[in-house]
Amino acid sequence: MIPAAFDYVRAGSAAEAISLIGQHGEDAKFLAGGHSLLPLMKLRLASPSVLVDIGRVSDLSYIRDGGDHIAIGALTRHMDVETSTVLKEHAPLLAHAAGHVGDPQVRHRGTMGGTIAHADPASDLPATTLALGATYVAQGPNGTREIAAADFYQGFLESALAPDEMLTEIRVPKMQGAGWSFQKFNRRAQDWAIVGVAAWRRNGSSGVALVNMGSTPILATSVSGALADGASVSEAAELAVAEAEPQADLNASIEYRTHLAKVLVRRALEEATK
Amino acid sequence: MKISVTVNGTVHESDVEPRTLLVHYVRETLGLTGTNIGCDTSSCGACSLHLDGEAVKSCTVLAVQADGAEITTIEGLAVDGVLHPMQEAFRQNHGLQCGYCTPGMVMAATSLLKENPHPTEAEVRIGLEGNLCRCTGYHNIVKSVLACAAGE
Amino acid sequence: MTVTDDRPAAVLGSRLLRREDPALLTGEAKYTNDLHIPGALHLAVARSPYAHARIISVDLSAALAAPGVVAAYAGGDLTSLWAAPMPCAWPVTADMKNPAHYPIAVAKAAYVGDGVACVLATSEAAARDAIELIDVQYEPMAAVVDLEDALSDRVVIHDELGTNKSYTWDLKIEGHDGAIDEAFAAATYTVSERYVQQRLLPMAMEPRAVAAVPQPFGGDITLYSSTQVPHILKIMSAITLGIPEHQLRVTTPTVGGGFGSKLNVYAEELLCLALARKHKVPVRWNEERGENAVATTHGRGQIQHMELAADETGKFTAVRVRILGDMGAYLQLVTPGVPLLGAFLYAGVYDIPLYDFSCTSVFTTLTPTDAYRGAGRPEATYAIERAVDSLADKMGIDPMELRKRNFIQKEQFPYTAMTGLTYDSGDHLAAAEKAAGLADYEGVRARQKTHNVPGATTRIGIGQASYFEMCGLAPSRVLASLNYSAGGWEAATVRVLPTNKIQVVTGTAPHGQGHETSWSMIVADKMGVAPEDVDVLHSDTAIAPLGLDTYGSRSLPIGGVAIAMACDKVIDKAKKIAAHQLEANEDDLEFAGGAFSVKGSPDRSMPLAAIAFEAFTAHNLPDGLEPNLEAHVSYDPPNFSWPFGTHICTVEVDTETGRVHVLQYVAVDDCGNQVNPMIVDGQVHGGVIQGLAQALFEEAVYDTEGNLKNASLAEYLVPAASDVPSLTLGHTITPSPTNQLGVKGIGEAGTIGAAPAVINAIVDALSGLGVTDMVMPASPNNVWKAIQAATRNTPSNGASK
Repeated sequence: MIPAAFDYVRAGSAAEAISLIGQHGEDAKFLAGGHSLLPLMKLRLASPSVLVDIGRVSDLSYIRDGGDHIAIGALTRHMDVETSTVLKEHAPLLAHAAGHVGDPQVRHRGTMGGTIAHADPASDLPATTLALGATYVAQGPNGTREIAAADFYQGFLESALAPDEMLTEIRVPKMQGAGWSFQKFNRRAQDWAIVGVAAWRRNGSSGVALVNMGSTPILATSVSGALADGASVSEAAELAVAEAEPQADLNASIEYRTHLAKVLVRRALEEATK
Repeated sequence: MKISVTVNGTVHESDVEPRTLLVHYVRETLGLTGTNIGCDTSSCGACSLHLDGEAVKSCTVLAVQADGAEITTIEGLAVDGVLHPMQEAFRQNHGLQCGYCTPGMVMAATSLLKENPHPTEAEVRIGLEGNLCRCTGYHNIVKSVLACAAGE
Repeated sequence: MTVTDDRPAAVLGSRLLRREDPALLTGEAKYTNDLHIPGALHLAVARSPYAHARIISVDLSAALAAPGVVAAYAGGDLTSLWAAPMPCAWPVTADMKNPAHYPIAVAKAAYVGDGVACVLATSEAAARDAIELIDVQYEPMAAVVDLEDALSDRVVIHDELGTNKSYTWDLKIEGHDGAIDEAFAAATYTVSERYVQQRLLPMAMEPRAVAAVPQPFGGDITLYSSTQVPHILKIMSAITLGIPEHQLRVTTPTVGGGFGSKLNVYAEELLCLALARKHKVPVRWNEERGENAVATTHGRGQIQHMELAADETGKFTAVRVRILGDMGAYLQLVTPGVPLLGAFLYAGVYDIPLYDFSCTSVFTTLTPTDAYRGAGRPEATYAIERAVDSLADKMGIDPMELRKRNFIQKEQFPYTAMTGLTYDSGDHLAAAEKAAGLADYEGVRARQKTHNVPGATTRIGIGQASYFEMCGLAPSRVLASLNYSAGGWEAATVRVLPTNKIQVVTGTAPHGQGHETSWSMIVADKMGVAPEDVDVLHSDTAIAPLGLDTYGSRSLPIGGVAIAMACDKVIDKAKKIAAHQLEANEDDLEFAGGAFSVKGSPDRSMPLAAIAFEAFTAHNLPDGLEPNLEAHVSYDPPNFSWPFGTHICTVEVDTETGRVHVLQYVAVDDCGNQVNPMIVDGQVHGGVIQGLAQALFEEAVYDTEGNLKNASLAEYLVPAASDVPSLTLGHTITPSPTNQLGVKGIGEAGTIGAAPAVINAIVDALSGLGVTDMVMPASPNNVWKAIQAATRNTPSNGASK
């Protein structure tokens, strides 16, 4: 319940944050909303020696229309994503999925950038932005770079971010009227998904990503491929786990999780097709 | 580290260890023990209070993160001995038994109605997904929140 | 002088709002860890990460050198502080095996979470930091997790016992032995099933908290603890620590729920007391939730072999039960007795002539089990109610109809069962029919025919559980026959103060039940005063020195009745004063509305207020009468009380995902007369959801090494509002004839009815697919697995049912 002791520094800007994390080295961590990091620290599963608080970098909290995409500042809270009229219009799948993260208290504090950077395969928004073909913007000591969501997730809680890089923006392509569905299957509403599916369809194209079906969020490219080739929703859904590596846990055996993914992908595609 | 927070309308200047959780700060430094601790995984919601007007789990916020913020705890809800309408609704509808989850539940419920003043029963239930109670089976908690929303 | 004519017409039975609530709603109420105790040292306990390991060495040096640390101890350093091992108050058989159990283990850790060392420091953070620095060398040994494995003695946990079997307890009824076998041989229908009552974590929202505050020079010591049993805790602590009992005061501030898990004498309570005495400073301890999961007792943990026999008409002829109980690593306060509290209830609400019950209990390398809401009775009710549904399925008749054929009939009460116990009153048919009406039982049956068609991806089911609850624990002589080490009485004092305010002192120890409100209502009704003029004192052994606390739905039928009886005694004394003052014969006086008056001459009357003042001044009392209006009662009930009811659950099962959606839950409970129906409803709501949570959500999951895999509220699934349904309640009222209030108790009823009703509904929904049983919890994974297994084994046409 009580974290191990650490030093605390506060950054006023992204550049300052990056400089501070560079100074303090590998045991330093960024603190945004803290809703991924602090629970680990309270159980002493994480004991960073320095926390660089970026929570006051207020110019990173925004949702802007970027023409063909919506740009979301990394420090935008889940509640703001959930209730954004811009997102409801142009990326309703993301706004809807953000409303399923944790619980209201968590959504009041947790940030979009925090959950993406934490790269938890069981979290809702990494998979959702993956399905939507999002691009993430990272800022480091040598400037900024764009990383495609499909290239970002590299292993369990591992991302393409360098230790001295900070995620600053998430760019989500406008959905342009695509049908969509978010299927989150859990036993209690506040829990992580046992299996989750984020999906959209428009004309011949589609995007389907899976929550908690491997060590990273999984892009179900075989499903989209089959749909593009004219497969029915049911046929395509049978390919749901082609890219997945489901694991057993307290709530699901591998067999059940595999089955559930197929059912939920089918239901998601049915809903997205309406 | 020095922080300045406004808690229930009073400004407090304190020197805290960075690892001090907001819930420990309000309970131990300020002596406001109405905010309870029920878990160590941000699951139960017993420690919910309002940070800049919104319900948060104060076990998952560092006191240093709250520097400069306005905080309302359960002690700040009743005014001049008159219960807040949500507290009164819980009392009228037997929305509490042992009372341990109650401060957090009331703070979550008031935050919920601020965002959705006229929720359906289903919206109340999902809106309280982050608060656990072991006594009431939630039936009368949900009834209390609906009654408060209806101005009863 | 105003009397009480402005009080509500009938206080008893009204939905009076709780007097406890304002303090709880505003945060003013103080729980144990809210207490400000200057100079207190904080205790932290280092716990074994192994389920079974010899302790080779404990190096405390790094911890002792850490900032803020005052002392650190291994188990061996503390042995001189214990006058006796930790107490088990229920040696159920003469040959029961009970390993010595100390607050900090000395030679061996026997479960994950067993204390192996402890630290005292100037802050909680410093204490918790320091226990991470304690270096314990272990020799890990094989864990014993499975009950049948434990019984085999493959690995013996407590060397000195030579076996893992703690006891076998038989309820053998003379003449039934051979007759039972004959009845099963002659039966037209039999069921023989194995049910598993999974281990549950009680998870009261307030974790435990303790503070011991010594008076360094007098030897007196006060223990503050979040407990349900301050009185039992005081006696047992005095014995265990060798503290003169009169020097120990136990007081419980506000307590945040218990559900049986605070009905105990815990290591941390004894450690705080012993170390506060040793260091002559206050010592306190706050439990973290992760500790609560492993270091506070668990509930349930039984394997049940249930057999039921019936003749060709479905009339039940015999019950045979074999229980294998999981004690965990040690026997806590009433661990071995929990299965016995169900021993008499495996015939449920049915008229069954032949009965055979036997329970064997074993040690495992897991957290000790003990009482958990219902304690033995939910397990028993589950077994009989599941067996009845299975038998109905075999017969091909509706389970409601089968129940009706076998209910003990209203006219049979008081009914003496073959076990020798007498059920006070009941009307099972009325409760079942009321529940069936509220649940639209016939309507659901009709909907099933059109809904549960072949190929449907959702199926509807309806399930029932009718229960009898043996509560009001308990007549002391019955407890003696069960080898329980204490009685079952309760104490009450009623005192009319000079200004006609009334003080009640009760031995009950509420932790959410609203006793202050309910007890004030009983007194108001008896004495003709307003409930707000009654103060209820409790939960402090200096104020309420006598009592046996709150558990087992006992507080109202014993503690509440004791208060009513004490009121009668006060009224009797007041009558003597009134007769003296009014110059009337006592027999000519009647007491109503808070005043005595002469029958037929209402103008000759004297209010209680005036009598109270007379009793106080003692200027003009009848010769020989003592001053003051006060009476004490210790009430030992003549019988258990027997609440009953029928719960009906309707579910829809998604056969693709296995998710169970509760469409409706109806609970019709009969707890006799109701003091405060609002509080009764609240008890039922909470109990039902706790039982439903056993059926659908909760289970302590262990790996083969004895690690609890879900030791947090993030993984142990206590449901939230979002995850459970609203409830439909109904009541029938059949007063108990054994006490003057006609009350029975309601604390555990909901939990008892819910699990079998929910599981019966799920099995009913899936029976058309060939599913005949369902493990608890009926998680989506488990439901899906059962459907897979059934459809693999029985190529089903999925016919409608």
